[in-house]
Amino acid sequence: MDIADQIERAIPGAVRGSAEAFGEQTVLIAREQIVPVSRWLHDEPALAYEQLSDLTAVDWPEAPERFEVVYHLNSFRHRKRLRLKARVPLSDCAIDSVTPVWRAANFLEREVFDLFGIRFRGHPDLRRIMMPEEYDEGYPLRKDFPTAGKGWRNTFEFWPAIDPGREVEIDASALKQAWKKTDD
Amino acid sequence: MTDERDRDDFGYIVHAAHDAGPAIQEESEVEPRLDAADERQPLFRTEDLLLNMGPQHPATHGVLRVVLELEGEKIKKATPYLGYLHRGTEKLAEGKTYNQSIPMTDRLDYICAMANNYAYVRAVEKLLGIAVPERAEYVRTIVAEMQRIVGHLFWLGTQALDIGAMTIFFWTFRERELLLDLFEALCGARLTVSYFRVGGVDPQGDLSPEVIARLRTFLSRFDANLYEYEGLLSENRIWLARTKGIAVISGEDAVNFGLTGPPLRGSGVAYDIRKAEPYGVYDRIDWEVPLGRHGDTYDRYWVRMQEMRQSARIIGQALEQLPEGPILLDLPGVTYPSREKVMTDMESLIHHFKVACYGFETPPGEVYCGTETPKGELGFYLVSDGTNKPYRLRIRTPSFVNMGAFDYMARGYLIADVITIFGTFDIVMGECDR
Repeated sequence: MDIADQIERAIPGAVRGSAEAFGEQTVLIAREQIVPVSRWLHDEPALAYEQLSDLTAVDWPEAPERFEVVYHLNSFRHRKRLRLKARVPLSDCAIDSVTPVWRAANFLEREVFDLFGIRFRGHPDLRRIMMPEEYDEGYPLRKDFPTAGKGWRNTFEFWPAIDPGREVEIDASALKQAWKKTDD
Repeated sequence: MTDERDRDDFGYIVHAAHDAGPAIQEESEVEPRLDAADERQPLFRTEDLLLNMGPQHPATHGVLRVVLELEGEKIKKATPYLGYLHRGTEKLAEGKTYNQSIPMTDRLDYICAMANNYAYVRAVEKLLGIAVPERAEYVRTIVAEMQRIVGHLFWLGTQALDIGAMTIFFWTFRERELLLDLFEALCGARLTVSYFRVGGVDPQGDLSPEVIARLRTFLSRFDANLYEYEGLLSENRIWLARTKGIAVISGEDAVNFGLTGPPLRGSGVAYDIRKAEPYGVYDRIDWEVPLGRHGDTYDRYWVRMQEMRQSARIIGQALEQLPEGPILLDLPGVTYPSREKVMTDMESLIHHFKVACYGFETPPGEVYCGTETPKGELGFYLVSDGTNKPYRLRIRTPSFVNMGAFDYMARGYLIADVITIFGTFDIVMGECDR
């Protein structure tokens, strides 16, 4: 039986679609059902997806539900992998955390929160992880964020004051990096 | 050596109960974990201490900051602060063609660039649906295993140096140099190699008879070298005291925390992508996966030492079986034409120009491809929209995910053990922060 049917039978209304391509199985899960489905996939002995290999997101700006949260599961016992997806709209940019099921999700969800701005409800410690804590330019991995940044980095003074007591004249404009467009 | 050990159906070998040396710390003597519900009334007023370690600390192998919550010398909580080496590789890759991202993968785990190249080109090849020539598969497997030895030697030297044994560092780097020289002979670079191509490996860098002879010479001495290292460490009282029973993690917890590679196998979980989803020529070679038993730092050390032996075995057999043939697929428009063709053939010149400048288009879709690197599972998740650049490139790095278990594994141990626990993950911050 197809894995999507199995999930649908165990948790009715959870599956929104499924696909198989490149030898990989993908199941689209309703956003509200992600934790029950994860719990079931983890606990069910016939499946035993005990490891969360990866958790990430993909930004599709034109789609009605803009973000796709992607879970890669791995079953050691059955030597199988599975990809789960859940769509998250920009208006309510949040999804339940799967940290109660897999503790590996802790850092991975923090990274998605940091770089995509998706909130994970019930996460024990949802803080930035890659960017500085005071970072205030938005979410770098979203598609509308320019690769060169939004200019905050150009305000850094890369020349530290060697002797604070003495006035050293620094031409700040010479230090600023030119805006480089690296897309295309 | 390995023949006496227990072996299961999958060809895994299991850590025979610490036969390497006398255990000086029995399980019962191990310092118990800090118990939060300690009812006893303290005689003195105690206060928790916050200690900031890093980001510039010689033992953090890069720039990593950890805030330690201490009770006396014991760690109550260790909070790692990552991101000091964040370069936005995933974002940069969205503006580059598939080939242009290969040099960026060198800079992820800069100790083991070959393994990263391999993991990346495998993902792209899976997306394209192409198979590489037979000889290329062998060459890839050989350099990947050479890289595993390099990575583990580097780990062993630095881990021992962190703990205070200096000699081993010089010894392991001596052997590491020999392999790096071979990389230099293959592709001109020692660390940031960019040796792999989509569809094979660098056609200028075939395994020449001279390289093979040098590699065989290396292998003939390598087993004796490993005994030398073990002679210094395996029965060394300080080494045992600093590694046995330190940073213990059970197999179940290791799986739940997403650990892969030697940290996972050190806890006795029989999982290695090279066995579970064989790629390269691993399924044509007789080799085993060493497994630890106690999940402590010593077992992870033992696993890595045995993995080096297995890598040497794999290289030896692969060299025996090495077939003749091309090492780069000839697929016009996707792979680079040979230099001779570029110089003599108009079509090939155009193809070369096009592949170098525009790259190639991939079918739309998404693939996830995990590869067993020296540190664990390096996964590339590629989302393609049918253009010549990836729509999204996600890099699942073992160091980052393993770091998630750091707090759990460090709790209850002493400040001095923090260094050991960093080391036992074989963490490289370039890979952790991407």
